[in-house]
Amino acid sequence: MADVSFQDVTKEFPGGTTAVKGLSLRVPDGEFMILVGPSGCGKTTALRLVAGLESATSGTITIAGKVVTHLSPRDRDIAMVFQNYALYPHMSVRRNLAFGLRQRHVPRDEVDRRVATMSAMLGLDELLKRRPAQLSGGQRQRVAMGRALVREPKAFLLDEPLSNLDAKLRVQMRAELKRIHQRLNITTIYVTHDQVEAMTLGDRLAVISGGELQQVGTPQDVYEHPANVFVAHFIGSPPMNLLAANASAGRVQAGELEVELAHVPDGPCVLGIRPESLSLIAPDDTRPSLQFDIEVVEPLGGELLAHGFVNGRAASPDASEETPLFAADPESRAEVTVKLDGRLRLKAGERVRLTVHPGEVYAFDAASGAALTG
Amino acid sequence: MAAGSLLGVDRPLDLEALPDKRPRHWPFSPWHLFLIPLSAAMLLPLVWSVITSLETASDAQRFPPVLLPRSLHFENYVNAWNSLPFGHFFVNSFLYSAATVAGNLLFCSLAAYAFARVRFVGSNVVFVLLLVTLMVPFQVVIIPTFLIVRKLGLIDSVGGLIVPNLCGVFGIFLLRQFFLSLPIQLEEAARIDGASRLGILFKIVLPLSAPVLATLAIIQFMWSWNDFLWPLIIITTPQHAPLQLGLSMFQGSHVTQWNLLMAGTVMSQIPMLAVFLFAQRWFIQSIAYTGIKQ
Repeated sequence: MADVSFQDVTKEFPGGTTAVKGLSLRVPDGEFMILVGPSGCGKTTALRLVAGLESATSGTITIAGKVVTHLSPRDRDIAMVFQNYALYPHMSVRRNLAFGLRQRHVPRDEVDRRVATMSAMLGLDELLKRRPAQLSGGQRQRVAMGRALVREPKAFLLDEPLSNLDAKLRVQMRAELKRIHQRLNITTIYVTHDQVEAMTLGDRLAVISGGELQQVGTPQDVYEHPANVFVAHFIGSPPMNLLAANASAGRVQAGELEVELAHVPDGPCVLGIRPESLSLIAPDDTRPSLQFDIEVVEPLGGELLAHGFVNGRAASPDASEETPLFAADPESRAEVTVKLDGRLRLKAGERVRLTVHPGEVYAFDAASGAALTG
Repeated sequence: MAAGSLLGVDRPLDLEALPDKRPRHWPFSPWHLFLIPLSAAMLLPLVWSVITSLETASDAQRFPPVLLPRSLHFENYVNAWNSLPFGHFFVNSFLYSAATVAGNLLFCSLAAYAFARVRFVGSNVVFVLLLVTLMVPFQVVIIPTFLIVRKLGLIDSVGGLIVPNLCGVFGIFLLRQFFLSLPIQLEEAARIDGASRLGILFKIVLPLSAPVLATLAIIQFMWSWNDFLWPLIIITTPQHAPLQLGLSMFQGSHVTQWNLLMAGTVMSQIPMLAVFLFAQRWFIQSIAYTGIKQ
């Protein structure tokens, strides 16, 4: 058990792509850290750098205070669970679990003892004689975790381990992963693009985009105080609605909506409103509001999602893209998603008015995307 | 509004009006009309050699061949066996084949794994150079190979047959292509689990490569068992000759004892036939793997 840290780590691939740019991040002993970001953002490369499956172009990686940047994977004392599990197909579950211990010349009775403990903990006792091909997806997943944990590594690395499971199993395994972590308290780095996994599993999240670290913090902190427009849009489901806005003298105007936001400098900015921060109001209500034309209604039981348009301009979440932050056409209507009470009976084509919950509005710099609100 | 209008089609497809393309059910495929005569043509030489092996010396000389002999002379087999040191031939052929199969499996695996997974300076250049040697006919390298084997003091010995054939470029190529197709995550998992390069090769990669190793073994066994030219060049003592070379001793400069030669040939093919019957599935698979004909 130990902490893992990146100090200004950069990884360039021979083709010229830079997968990880100047990453500095410390994962303290026993923490469950999530690396989250869209596909191709460099999160898996970051994990493989810790494992030693890739070597850093520059920077330092330490595990338990020891510099491991140039050590081979076997000398780092870490364990990894792969997206496709990578169980050895020609070995029984028992031999899969024991392989890492046998490679390290652990005495046979100690191997047997640890395999027995691990298989009891993960409920694999019945399966020890089977081959991976004879197991279900969830069972393979458990064997893969068992194989990693049985060695009691310093750090436990997981690369999108739940993405090959069906939805129900994924929820079960998520809870099981959390239980295992609470029991073993082992430093864990978990890569995912699924922000539900990121929110539910992690002690802290590190949001990565384009190879760069965007924000690190507890899930609630990242959700409530996104550092920039990318994080705001990426964390949260459905994503935050973004509107082009203009600020002057502490008031921010986006289409027909006007909200008071102190500390926002005058000039163009991006206004962010989470789908759950909007609610229906009566037409004669005087609170600041928006006209909303419903296009699609998705009832989810307890709540419903309404997708539609408001008058105003949409803004893009990725300031680093070539496209301008604001949608080009000034006449365009902005697409907005609203999360409402499931008991409402709304229909496509209806026109309603929405108000914004006070204090639940975010503003971001139009050029850099950095948050302007605390 | 009809769904078809989305595609810009104003009337639905009339499935009834389309021509019926379902196959008619014949008791055999039309291919059989072609394959059966072809198989007969392929079988003819084998049948002819078996028949000749049972004929008298004079019938065997006759042309056109006597395909329905008046009497069967099984004693030809005994005579063939006794007239030459067939026991030695079988032992030599077996040693030659077994050793080259073992050598190819071991050395080709090592080389192929290096070319597939180890990144080293010039690996691609070396690999391409090796492939180029596949295009060089054996006749070109006979003399240099002979000189090397003579320096090793292995002329006129089974060792001289084996050593130049312990590792072949074909085997390296075949195994490398297969190793590349194995999921790399298995090897990465093994590296993290603490396995060394050789450990990964022997504990993970080779156990998963059984089909391709069987392919290589079969091809190499066939090749060594049927090899004639190289033994002809370096073997001079009958006791050191493998089967194919030994059989040629029935062919004198003036007289060829066709019935005995054919009896010996049939005997020499029995082990190959046994291997084939035993490993028929792999034989077919092996040809599919390599895309080549032997």
